[in-house]
Amino acid sequence: MDEFLAARMQMAVSLGFHIVFACIGMVMPWFMFVAEWKWLRTKNPVYLDLAKAWAKGVAIFFAVGAVSGTVLSFELGMLWPTFMKHAGPIFGMPFSWEGTAFFVEAIALGLFLYGWKRLNKWVHLYTGMVVGISGVLSGIFVVSANAWMNAPSGFDWINGQAFNIDPVKAMFNKAWFSQAHHMTIAAFSATGFAVAGVHAVLYMKNKLEIHAKAITIALAFASVAAVLQPLSGDLAAKNVAKLQPAKLAAFESHFKTEEKAALIIGGIPDVENREVKYAIKLPGFLSFLAHGDFNAEVKGLEEFPEEEWPPVPITHYSFQLMVGIGMFLMLIAALFFAGTYKWKHWLEKKWWLRLLAIATPLGFIAVEAGWIVTEVGRQPWIIYGIMKTEDSLTPMPGIQYTFYTISVVYIILTFVVTWLLSRQIKLLQSKYLKNG
Amino acid sequence: MAEANLIILVICLLLYVLLGGADFGGGILELLSRGKASKIVSRAIAPVWEANHVWLILVVVILFVGFPSVYSTVLTALHIPVLLVLLGIIARGSAFTFRHYDIDEKTPKAIYSAIFRYSSVFTTFFLGVTVGGLILGEISMDYQLGFYTVYIHPWLNWFSVSMGLFMVLLFAFLAGIFTVSEIDDKDYIIYFTRMTKRLLISLVVMGAIVFATAKVAGHPLLKDFINSPISVACIVIATLALPAFWYFLNKNKGNWLRLTAGLQTTLIVTGWFAIQFPVLVKTNSGHDITIQAAKAPEQVQLFLLIALVVGVLIIFPAMGFLYKTFKFSEEPES
Repeated sequence: MDEFLAARMQMAVSLGFHIVFACIGMVMPWFMFVAEWKWLRTKNPVYLDLAKAWAKGVAIFFAVGAVSGTVLSFELGMLWPTFMKHAGPIFGMPFSWEGTAFFVEAIALGLFLYGWKRLNKWVHLYTGMVVGISGVLSGIFVVSANAWMNAPSGFDWINGQAFNIDPVKAMFNKAWFSQAHHMTIAAFSATGFAVAGVHAVLYMKNKLEIHAKAITIALAFASVAAVLQPLSGDLAAKNVAKLQPAKLAAFESHFKTEEKAALIIGGIPDVENREVKYAIKLPGFLSFLAHGDFNAEVKGLEEFPEEEWPPVPITHYSFQLMVGIGMFLMLIAALFFAGTYKWKHWLEKKWWLRLLAIATPLGFIAVEAGWIVTEVGRQPWIIYGIMKTEDSLTPMPGIQYTFYTISVVYIILTFVVTWLLSRQIKLLQSKYLKNG
Repeated sequence: MAEANLIILVICLLLYVLLGGADFGGGILELLSRGKASKIVSRAIAPVWEANHVWLILVVVILFVGFPSVYSTVLTALHIPVLLVLLGIIARGSAFTFRHYDIDEKTPKAIYSAIFRYSSVFTTFFLGVTVGGLILGEISMDYQLGFYTVYIHPWLNWFSVSMGLFMVLLFAFLAGIFTVSEIDDKDYIIYFTRMTKRLLISLVVMGAIVFATAKVAGHPLLKDFINSPISVACIVIATLALPAFWYFLNKNKGNWLRLTAGLQTTLIVTGWFAIQFPVLVKTNSGHDITIQAAKAPEQVQLFLLIALVVGVLIIFPAMGFLYKTFKFSEEPES
């Protein structure tokens, strides 16, 4: 395998693995927090069991997220030393804040997990909230650093060197806000639907109160997020249209610059002939989505030299997949809001539970697709418009072997974590099944 | 400003050795002790577990923000041992968590334990090898030279290997101190006191071997130590503290014990840093990377320092609360 491809694949595998654990680590603390809060308010012990069970899940995900994150902080330099040598001082500041946020999260989680009897119950609840807040902040800091790669700012680039570095300007670059809200909402949506889906599957088998409560809490978070997400996505896309027109063109396989540009849904991009086959085309809608005007001109890929195009098909398919899933989840969320007033009744409907079960992995598939959209869509640049990814590759040969090794480790870890969680769920259920 | 950040980096490194070291050493100590004794080790170390990775992450972040060429050079030349450390960190971190949270069944627990213990040794060893590679200064920046010269030789040599073994003993020793001062059972206090003493003796012997292998490798480690007044002071104080340490160990004075062991480790790290400074990375071409050459601009250092100081002001009270909640009360519950 080509060294460059191997390095990119290793980065993709490492980030793709970490992002799942990071999302859950950001969001699930809020679920356990709400469950404990409900317990304090209602005194219903089911909520306490739920909070404790979810806290265990958080601990497992947090630990795996922490080690995979530690690995990433090294991999950046092991695979892309030239990039880090130049970019480290510019975009590194959010990482130092992230260190603090991560540490606070770890401490608060330690208090939450082991402090059930030692802390005052309201203080205990508060530590749960701190886990959630610092988790979300960690995510935002990391995303802000990534956003800098898309919208580099806070420095002058003269003869291959950075001068006049302003870390604050770099951190609050033009892409940070749109990426931060899009990612945070995505984390809530993906984790919410995943948790609700798992409990829906379990509820179909055993009608336990704990699963019903779990579905309600997780789905409430997920639904709010899923309704907000298209709005957030729209803002993000408009931002990309402004900052990285080539990337936007790749999302849509939009080859020719035109006014009243059509929104392309699905289809197979044919890069050689610069067209998209078998797609649904909505004239004017791409202009509207990118610039808020049906007649606006949208730059096509033809404006850019071909060697500066991102890989069009991957970006296109990932974008379509992300948007498609986003729309589907928004529909489920709309149904949830419509059905809330006779909620209890709905939980007895098989089709509804099945729908939730189907949605279980979808949010995370969309998160991965979105990550591919933003990362592959930035290629061939590692710092957009400044440094090419291939120019920052490590001189060390044999990266394919480290890629294989890391991949095998993460695949094994994925299986073990899944197995572990299924055992945890069985343990949780067995308590109720024996009693009932 | 860069100097201030470098000092914080060294402090983070020290905290990683002291706190993370006790964690890593916990796995090694479990391997050395059998049966119920190993359970006692894991119970003594578990409650402060989650937080310790952060010291390493902070070291890495300070490096790539404040001294980016150090970060890039080291991770290129020492790519392989660092990768091995990372694989070890993944294995032991997840195995420890899985063991802690999985259902109480014999077979999986035994597997998790085995992975945790052996990967603790593995990780610590390669951490030491990496540090050895840094000290020895065989790092080559001419990437045209052969694979062996550039990517293997800087860390695969007798000196680095003996540094790896030294690190294994050091971390096991730190975990021994931690365990002794944590437990109440008389028999096990005696058991772990004896083990800690043995580890200390091996550590001193291994330290001598480290100096000997440095000499063989042509590295003037001993001479450097003697020529730096700070390093000499460190060695003298560390040696003078040994009898006191022995006394506290025999009398089982938990807090004093931790304090002296912490002091001695601090002295080792400070002594090393004193002979290295102002060089951050030694290379075999004679063009060493100094703090002057490596440091990022002042503006960057300033914001890094602000972030670190604010971070410390947030983290330390929180950590204090964590320790206060768990360390001064009896059984940890899960």
